[in-house]
Amino acid sequence: MADTQLLLGLSFVLFALGLVGVMVRRNALVMLMCMELMLNAVILALVTFSLETATLSGAVLVFLIFVVAAAEIAIAIPIVLQLSRQRSSLDVEGYDRLKG
Amino acid sequence: MTIEQLLVYFFGACALLGGVLMLVARHPMRVALALISCMLSLAGIYAMLGVHVVAVFQVLIYVGAVMVFMVYVIMLLDVRDPSFLRRYSRVLLPGVVLGALLAGALGISAIRLGAAAIQPGASAAPSYLVQPFSVEFLREYWLHFELTSVLLVAAVVAAIAIIRSGRRSDG
Repeated sequence: MADTQLLLGLSFVLFALGLVGVMVRRNALVMLMCMELMLNAVILALVTFSLETATLSGAVLVFLIFVVAAAEIAIAIPIVLQLSRQRSSLDVEGYDRLKG
Repeated sequence: MTIEQLLVYFFGACALLGGVLMLVARHPMRVALALISCMLSLAGIYAMLGVHVVAVFQVLIYVGAVMVFMVYVIMLLDVRDPSFLRRYSRVLLPGVVLGALLAGALGISAIRLGAAAIQPGASAAPSYLVQPFSVEFLREYWLHFELTSVLLVAAVVAAIAIIRSGRRSDG
């Protein structure tokens, strides 16, 4: 019984775990990885719905999301590296320059 | 219960375990390894569901490119960083409560959706195999495929711009 409910439930739980990770962890790289977990959860939901409706466009969309994820990580990691070089720390609580 | 169903359960449990380990592990390298195991489990689920193209790209792009990049960056960084020692920020309790509420709300919506069974392997439409998928993909969605190259060029230019601006601010 690999039904839609089970896979969607797994996807939702993974998404919530990723969101909690982004909120509670203080290392910028770990937060980035938790965002990747959220993206993976979304892809799982997309594949599930694509299988349920037996259409191909869901799988095509997943393929495009992979490209977006690769582009995202290629930009996000240089930004994190620049931040860590300026503040000499990866702790997000030190990044308070934009604080009003 | 067939072996495919059992494997979907197994891989699902592994993915959940990897997700939880990501939250409790202290060192970013362990977090990265937990995320890699979670992604591999998800790739196993996709393969068991018969969506082989997505499973292959999950392993090739996510584990092979994105996470290897991430692991290299972790190795470049200083292990004595204070954020490596203290795991959680001040919003730990509200964050966990909010996450549990979100998971509960989404779970209720999943239960209300009703159970439409996906038969693993058996019901997989033949169009999810590699060859029909590729033909269909490049026949119907070739414009999207070409537009992704524009996105990739923009990403490359942006990455170079970030690195150059960082150098200028240094010296």
